[in-house]
Parts: sequence; structure tokens; C-alpha cells
Amino acid sequence: MLITTSTTEMPTAGYGAALLRGLKSFALLRESWVGMVGTALVLFWVLVAVFAPWLAPFDPNSSIQPFAKPGVEAVKVGGTFWLGTDHIGRDILSRIVWGSRTVLIYAPLATLCAYTVGILMGLAAGYRGGWVDDILSRIADIILSFPVLVLYIIIIATIGASGINIIIAITFASSPGIMRIVRGLTLDLRNRDYVAAAQTRGESDWRVMLVEILPNARGPLIVDACLRLGYVIITIGVLGFLGLGLPPPDPDWGGMVNETRQMAMAFPHMTLFPCIAISTLILGFNLLADGLREISLRD
Amino acid sequence: MVTLVVKRIGFMIFTMIVVSLILFLLLETKLTGDPATRVLGQFSNEEQREIWREQHGYNQPVALRYVKWLGNFATGELGESIRFKGPVADVMFPRLWNTAILGFVTFAIMIPLSLTLGVLSGMKEGSMLDRTISVFGIITTSVPEFASAVMFSALFVFSLKWLPGTSSMSGGFEFKQLILPAMVLIVYDFGYVARMTRASMAEVMTSQYIRTAVLKGLPYRSVIVKHALRNALIAPFTVIMLQINWLLSGVIVVEFFFAYKGFGALILEASLNNDIALLEACAMVAVCVAVTTQTIADIGYTFLNPRIRFS
Repeated sequence: MLITTSTTEMPTAGYGAALLRGLKSFALLRESWVGMVGTALVLFWVLVAVFAPWLAPFDPNSSIQPFAKPGVEAVKVGGTFWLGTDHIGRDILSRIVWGSRTVLIYAPLATLCAYTVGILMGLAAGYRGGWVDDILSRIADIILSFPVLVLYIIIIATIGASGINIIIAITFASSPGIMRIVRGLTLDLRNRDYVAAAQTRGESDWRVMLVEILPNARGPLIVDACLRLGYVIITIGVLGFLGLGLPPPDPDWGGMVNETRQMAMAFPHMTLFPCIAISTLILGFNLLADGLREISLRD
Repeated sequence: MVTLVVKRIGFMIFTMIVVSLILFLLLETKLTGDPATRVLGQFSNEEQREIWREQHGYNQPVALRYVKWLGNFATGELGESIRFKGPVADVMFPRLWNTAILGFVTFAIMIPLSLTLGVLSGMKEGSMLDRTISVFGIITTSVPEFASAVMFSALFVFSLKWLPGTSSMSGGFEFKQLILPAMVLIVYDFGYVARMTRASMAEVMTSQYIRTAVLKGLPYRSVIVKHALRNALIAPFTVIMLQINWLLSGVIVVEFFFAYKGFGALILEASLNNDIALLEACAMVAVCVAVTTQTIADIGYTFLNPRIRFS
């Protein structure tokens, strides 16, 4: 059901039916344990992010008691540092909990921006063909020929490190890859009967692309989006780790590792827990993508 | 074949020129901020910046400057590094060599490992072994390099005390210090290469000629070794060549983490210290390596694949 590119049904069944089909394919995930584990991990972090103010035992940015090991009691304020504190005395558990908000806001936002640009470029290149395709494909080739982290470093070095700039950099670097996928799918779909029907009805090019072609390309795109979301989380983490990420003091998992890595030999808990957090979240998205792919291949 | 090679090399040169133009526009013009401020710092005054601009020829027309800049690059005149107070070439090439050593060790272990795992799981698609390898690959690919670096350090340096935690090679070259950086790179990347090999192997295994080989009663072993592998390993060749592009990103994180004096750490240092000349040179070299390997991958794939070679 997920790859509807192969089905012959008319895509005019209405949004209610489309929603129902979406839900059904999600229910199919139950059959793939890999997909279930992935969903559980992602859901866990989403819930942590939503309920961060209630889950975090301390204020993530206030200095309470430096160099506390995991499980140490907080002397002055009461309570326990379940995962210890960092060199400035901030509670690591609270920072991880609040950090999940940072990553779960920026990563989907950046992925969404990259997808918007990538889809528009891919549809135009695949549907129009000719010189539009040539120019867009060449641009994509050139951007993709950069080692990706070198590209990020150059962009961030020139426009500076901030939340918006990270989204811009990610959009710039990942939309060419999305464009290539969408272009390929569009090339396949544009010769279908329902596209010809829409053209005969006199629908505008953009309407054909967005209403007729795009919804039928969604199967492979959903799988790719899951994988890409995981990859964007890695990117945000790596940028934070290299000191090119979001400016302090707000908690950011990659940044937490960067700030405390000098002390990692003496206090491994400071770096270890944020690393486990980011790895499980990425693992969640990757397993989810694998489960979705498995199901889409099944029927 | 010849047309393809010429075309690919032509595109390679075109890409390099466009990239140089992008780098020039981003780092040397006022498009993204004054280069004089970038070099001298935001606390410099306008007078100092003007002197710097005059000295370094920044008051000439942009087009002329670009041509000169490109000419300098082409003749190997890479400029002076502000951070290291010396010619860029003197700093960059030893670093590039160090990274080449790290990359070589990484690939020497990763390629056989991922090819073996990929072939094993592709031989019988959907088997228990296949599922185990694939899930294991997903898990290792989900851990970012910096996170696995932290975890391996915690295990091998902090708990077991087997390996040194930094790889600065301050007391001369020591192979022991290469183990952790290489391990981090291998663990992050082998899953992807194995997955690609598996897909290629699985596709070959469903083909007609393999079925014929099995049906005519050849031993399973010789079906795999003599018939399947030759075709199944064409696609991974391209994938492996393209991993060099990825490696150039991976080494930045790993070299920064383990204080290894390589090319990746140098790019980061150049960017964090606004060392424009060094950053430009490093970026050009990185893109050059990436584009060259892509070209070799493309040409090599065509050459290895008889269906394309003879058509």
C-alpha cells in the first residue's frame, strides 16, 4: 500500500480515503518488529520533548553542583542527579530532556524545508525536462560533489552559527539529493494515463505536478524522509559537537558532548549520556524507515 | 567509451571551476560580509582594514581578482596561512598525508569486512543471518561518529585502559594511536557498504544464469564464487569509491575528537580561526579529491560492466 506508484487507482478518491489508507499502512507496521521498535523509540523521544517541563527534575541551564557523578544527591536543593552533572554543575538528565526539544524542533523543520525545495526542483526537472532538467541536474551534481561536512563548515563559516542558518545549510546541502529522487519518480509517473487525463482537462502544469504526480510518489518519499530525518539529526549533532551548532547555553546534545569532551577521561558520564540519547533517537528513525520499506516491498 | 571518459573529465573540470567560483564569492567578496573584517577580526578599525585591503589587492575589480586568484591556485600559489604563519602548502600537505594513512587503514579493514557481510546476507535474502546483519548494520549506522568515539573511548580507554585516548602522534608515529580513529570510521560506514553489496548480490542471485547454474547441478560454492561474485561486486566498486567522499567528512569529526593531526582537523581549524587562504585551499583539495574519485567511479563502473563496455 505504501508504494502507490504501482497501483492503477485514480488519485481522486478524496482526502478522507487517503487518510484512511495512510492509517492502514501505519497499522501494517505492527507486522514488522523492526518498525515497531523504531516507532517506540521515536515516540519515546517525542513524548519526552512534549512533556519536558514536567520530566526534567532541574532547570537545564542553572548551575547547581559541579562534577556530581550519576546518582549523587543534590545537597542544596534536594533531589537526585540521576545522570550526574557537568563541569558547570548543570543537571545532565534535565539537559538531555530539554535537548530533545531542540533536536525535535530543528531536525523536522530543516528536513521539511529541504523537502519543499527538493520536491519543487525535482518535479520541475522531471516533468518539464529539457533545459530546466539540465540546469537543475547540473546544480544538484555540483552541490553533491562536495564532501558534505566540508560544505556545512564553509556555509556556517561564512553565514555564522545559528538555528536559522543551520536550517539554511541543511536545506542547501540535502535538497539536491531529494531532487534526484523526486525527478526519477516524476519521470516514471508523468506518462501515466491519469496525468494525460489531467492534461486533457486543461489543468495547469503545477496543478498536475502537485495534485496528480506528487501524491502518487509519496511511498518511496516517506521512507526516504525517515532516513533523512535520522541523517539530519546526525548532522545537527555533529555541528554541535564541532562547535558550529546552536549557540549556548540552551541544551543541545551535540553541544553537550563538545563542552565536556575534555573531561571525558575523568568523567565519562558527561559525554556518554548525550551520545546514547542522540543514538537512540537516530536508531528509532532508521528502524522505522526499514520497517516501512519492508512493508512497502511486501505488497 | 572514449567519449564517456572525455565527457566525464570535462564535467570534472567544469565542476571544479564552478566550485572555485562559489568559494571565491562566499569567502573573498562582500556577499557574506567583509573579508577584511573576517581576517582582522571585528575589533579592527576601518583604517586597518583599508590598509589590509590595499596590501592584498582587495580594491581591484572582482572579476580581475577572481582570475588572479584562480591563476594562483592553478600554479600552486596557495597563499599564506594566518593561523600557522607560513605557506598554506607547507601546512596542508603533511596533514593530507596523515589523513591518507588513516583513510588507508580504514579502507583496508572496512572493504573486506563489508563485502563479506554483504555477500553473506545477499546469498540468502530474508534468512536469519541476513536479518541479523542488516539490523546490526542499521544499529551501527545510527550512532554518529562522535558518539561512537565517546563510547569506544569510555570502553577501551577509560574502563579497559587498552588504548591511548588521543592520537596526536606527539612522540612519533605509533600504530596503536590509529586504532580508535579507524575503528570509529569503520563502524559508522561498514553498514552502508554492506547493505549496498547485499542489494547487488541479492539481485544477481535471482537472475536466470544463477538459476541455470544451480539447476545444472554445480556445487553451491562454485555458483557463488565463480558465477555470482563477479557480477555482484561491480556495483559495490562504485559505492566504495564514493565512500572516499564520505571519508573526507568523517575524518573531520574523528580527527577533531582524537586530536589527530590530519586534513579534516585542519579544515575545521581553518574555519574556526577564519584562516581564509587555508580554508579555500583545503576546500578545493577536498572537492578535487571527491570529484576525481566520482569520475574514476563512473568510468570504472562502465569499464567493469561488460553490458555497457561492449554496447
